[in-house]
Amino acid sequence: MPVRTGTIVGSFTAALLLDFMPWPNVMLAPDFVALTLAFWCVRQPRRVGLATGWALGLLVDAGNGVLLGQHALAYSALAFAAIALSRRILWFDLWGQMLHVLLLLEGAQAVALGVRLAAGAEFPGWSLAAGPAFGTLLWPLVTWLLLLPQHRPALLDDHQL
Amino acid sequence: MEHTPPPFFVRGPAPLVRLAFFASLSLTLLVLDARFGYAEAIRSVLALAAYPIQQAARLPVVLAEGVAGYFASQSRLRAENEDLRARLLASALDAQRFESAAAEASNLRRLIGAAERLDRKVLPAEILYSGRDPYSRKVIVDRGTQHGARPGSPVVDDVGVIGQLTRAHAFVSEVTLLTDKSEAIPVQVLRNGLRAIAFGGGASGLLELRYMSANADVESGDALVTSGIDGTYPPGLPVATVIRVERDASYTFARVLAQPVAGIERGRYALVLSAGARSPAYPDDDAMRKGAKTRRARKPMADGS
Repeated sequence: MPVRTGTIVGSFTAALLLDFMPWPNVMLAPDFVALTLAFWCVRQPRRVGLATGWALGLLVDAGNGVLLGQHALAYSALAFAAIALSRRILWFDLWGQMLHVLLLLEGAQAVALGVRLAAGAEFPGWSLAAGPAFGTLLWPLVTWLLLLPQHRPALLDDHQL
Repeated sequence: MEHTPPPFFVRGPAPLVRLAFFASLSLTLLVLDARFGYAEAIRSVLALAAYPIQQAARLPVVLAEGVAGYFASQSRLRAENEDLRARLLASALDAQRFESAAAEASNLRRLIGAAERLDRKVLPAEILYSGRDPYSRKVIVDRGTQHGARPGSPVVDDVGVIGQLTRAHAFVSEVTLLTDKSEAIPVQVLRNGLRAIAFGGGASGLLELRYMSANADVESGDALVTSGIDGTYPPGLPVATVIRVERDASYTFARVLAQPVAGIERGRYALVLSAGARSPAYPDDDAMRKGAKTRRARKPMADGS
């Protein structure tokens, strides 16, 4: 079941849309781009990788008006870790996958935090870790949604869903 | 090296090499942006690319607001209308008083030979959303360079100063709020004219007057207005109210905290004042030497730019 390029592009566009939505509290809002990137890096490590993550990161940086390269660096690291762990993650059930994804997203957030602290910002508080946690809770939904276009009941594989 | 893998096994450079490549690229950009500010050109292009997505992302919110506004109860609208009419009346009174006061002040100023203050152009703007960056305090307004917004312009709402326009894109601009840690504004205590600089307090949402000597005449409840000596903010705009003064004999400086008066984290609409039209008329060396030419040299600076 090959993944169509349109599905990948569409999912990233939707994630960007969700990211740019005016959230009342940005610390608690999940980073949908990071989540989608983690998903495709785990599922399609040959097609989505560091270059995609880096370019998306730059777009997010410019759109949010933060330091150029902050999200680019975080997403590159996230893509690298997700690709390195992709074989391992797919062996687990959803709960095991979510644990891994939590680590990945928190790691990406930590990279961004490190960049900002190095650039002289103050630590905004521990609720910073809540965004990735909420993002992790969305992992089953993202898995279900993004596998829907490839879904063929006749070829259902236990490991794939 | 006669044994090379067939093309369908070629995977490009190793992942670690790629990570090193992209990480160093990001770090270069970061340093260029944070230290030298060279990345603005790339940023403006990228921001323009992100603009349609940002607009589309706001659509649901705009639609929801439109629907909510459509079904707003009539009584609420009427109450709001009454309120607005009362405020308009009060403002008209104030405006008349201001007109006469301004005329009087300009007369007096002409008497003492000071340069007349130029009126600033005012650009009404709507605050679209707060910046998606937990590390700084910014809002995005719907006016950009296309509408005449320039970086450095002060931004005010109907009560007082909100902040300063720090980055202008084509159609939107970023406004750094007064409470941002990197923002500073020159203020004056309204009661006695004491000058000070208010720095943003970051997450606390307060302002801090730094470098105030321990015996400075500041009390809690004092109103702070812009002093205007920086040439960026016009003088006399309300900024904050002092809420706490801590004097400790073991420190040279008093710790003064102030609460901003403007709806810094709440308001919907704001005014972007054009950046200091009067460039600060520093006496340059030539003008100092030829004293007679000073007035002529200063004139184009006053009404130009």
